[in-house]
Amino acid sequence: MTDHASPTPAIPAPPLLDRLKAQAPYWAVPALGLLGLALIADLSTWGTLTLAGLAMGMLIFIMASGLTLVFGLMDVLNFGHGAFISIGAFVGASVLLALGGWTGADSLLLNLAAVLLAIVAAMLATGGLGWAFERVIVRPVYGAHLKQILVTMGGLIVTEELIHLFWGPNQIPLPRPEMLKGSWVVGGVIVERYRLLAVVLGVLVFAGLRYALVRTRLGLLIRAGVENGEMVEALGYRIRRLFVLVFVAGSALAGLGGVMWGLYDEIITAQMGLNILVLVFIVVIIGGLGSVEGCFIGALLVGLMANYTGFLAPKVALGSNILLMVLVLMWRPRGLLPAGKG
Amino acid sequence: MADLLRLQGVHTHIGQYHILQGVDLAVPEGELTMLLGRNGAGKTTTLRTVMGLWRASAGSLSFGGTDLKPLQTPDIACLGIGYVPENMGVFAGLTVRENMVLAARGGAIDQGRLDWIFSLFPALRKFWELPAGNLSGGQKQMLSIARAMVEPRRLILIDEPSKGLAPAIVDALIQAMLELKRTATTILMVEQNFRMAQALGDGVAVMDDGRVVHAGRMAELAADPDLQARLLGLSLGAHQ
Repeated sequence: MTDHASPTPAIPAPPLLDRLKAQAPYWAVPALGLLGLALIADLSTWGTLTLAGLAMGMLIFIMASGLTLVFGLMDVLNFGHGAFISIGAFVGASVLLALGGWTGADSLLLNLAAVLLAIVAAMLATGGLGWAFERVIVRPVYGAHLKQILVTMGGLIVTEELIHLFWGPNQIPLPRPEMLKGSWVVGGVIVERYRLLAVVLGVLVFAGLRYALVRTRLGLLIRAGVENGEMVEALGYRIRRLFVLVFVAGSALAGLGGVMWGLYDEIITAQMGLNILVLVFIVVIIGGLGSVEGCFIGALLVGLMANYTGFLAPKVALGSNILLMVLVLMWRPRGLLPAGKG
Repeated sequence: MADLLRLQGVHTHIGQYHILQGVDLAVPEGELTMLLGRNGAGKTTTLRTVMGLWRASAGSLSFGGTDLKPLQTPDIACLGIGYVPENMGVFAGLTVRENMVLAARGGAIDQGRLDWIFSLFPALRKFWELPAGNLSGGQKQMLSIARAMVEPRRLILIDEPSKGLAPAIVDALIQAMLELKRTATTILMVEQNFRMAQALGDGVAVMDDGRVVHAGRMAELAADPDLQARLLGLSLGAHQ
């Protein structure tokens, strides 16, 4: 196609209103923050609640990011994701309790090292469990949503019972390491040390995932696979292998989230994964299936909403995230930033 | 000329529907074979069956002596077969560059080849870093074809490239396909635009009801209005 023969009309810049509409999801978090400030009307209380909300959102994001990719890439509804959260928490707790000397020491370095070891152990365990889960439970039910729900839910229940078998039926207290307890007060805002760690970790996971998805060939393949898996195969790539990799990575992230959530609540139960799974699914749906960015925004919205309503109207707090999901879906029926399906 | 792709008695079922009912088709090496036929004749299904996207339930598919039937789609692609689907299969959320990078399985894109592609499709250079979803229909089609050309392929399957495109864009596509033909790449193209089919086709196969009902030279079909009317129900000339 030569220059003279090829009409290449310039793509006109979309009208301002369309551009604003496209960017609106990115402004949802600041908008909710400002709304919270207007309603709470006290800067230090608002700051405390906002930090708590962001920390909660980051932890939910860590757990939800893997699920949204699994959902988007292979249309698999994996209720078993909750099992990885619980297993991660219990494996992490075992490591932390075994490293009592480190967690009890007045050394931030030793405390962080203990948390890091717990995270690594949890991620290895849940990554391995995810690999087995995909082979044994998920692989036979590709393309059958009802079977996926039933069989992965079954997997979740079996895992909960296995936790009872190995760790006993009781909930286990999980105190935070010494230097991660307590808080600072900065200009009237209470900054809990642990929540700050959660925010930092969440940002690191988000940045790492974004880098992997945007800058690496593997990430390109995952994004392309979420859009049109058939075309990825027609280009010569085995999407099934890609999916196993994403499933294992998503399970490992759920394990990481499980450890962090356990330390956040300071208590762990076999059912914690199932309880959090409701929030995780809300975040995945709000964000748009298959979208890590959407998942990040959705998680922050859920975290902020839970904390603001918990303060302003505690009776509404329980259903506030369902309300948020309904509002977002009325605004954008496919979620905030859905990955386009080809 | 030896046949690069050969289908013999190929049957394909999609669910309860029996779409291909014994397709015999030969695609000679280095030629552009045009696959014509009415809507629903089984043209797209034939291409998808070659790619392994739908499995043949009977018959044989041979590519350069390799039996395609037991192979999965990625293995078939890796034999050197490029595929441009009817819906173009462009990854809308990825940039033009990222679409091309993925298509280059061998790693980095060869700069000389990229320059050649840019000379055929200047729009791709212009919108290199733009999300492919923002391109017009014609530009997406160019990207889809360029993706199949980013590395030398032994065979390219192209499904209705002119579908829904303005006449000026179709002309440009014809020019690009003529350039591609000069590289002696073997091409199997489904097309409903008879002007494009006449301009590009060396050989032709006409399908009806899931079978190939005529195979021969494009020039002969183009010169025989009676044959056109019998096979296609219309004269090629009426659709220029």
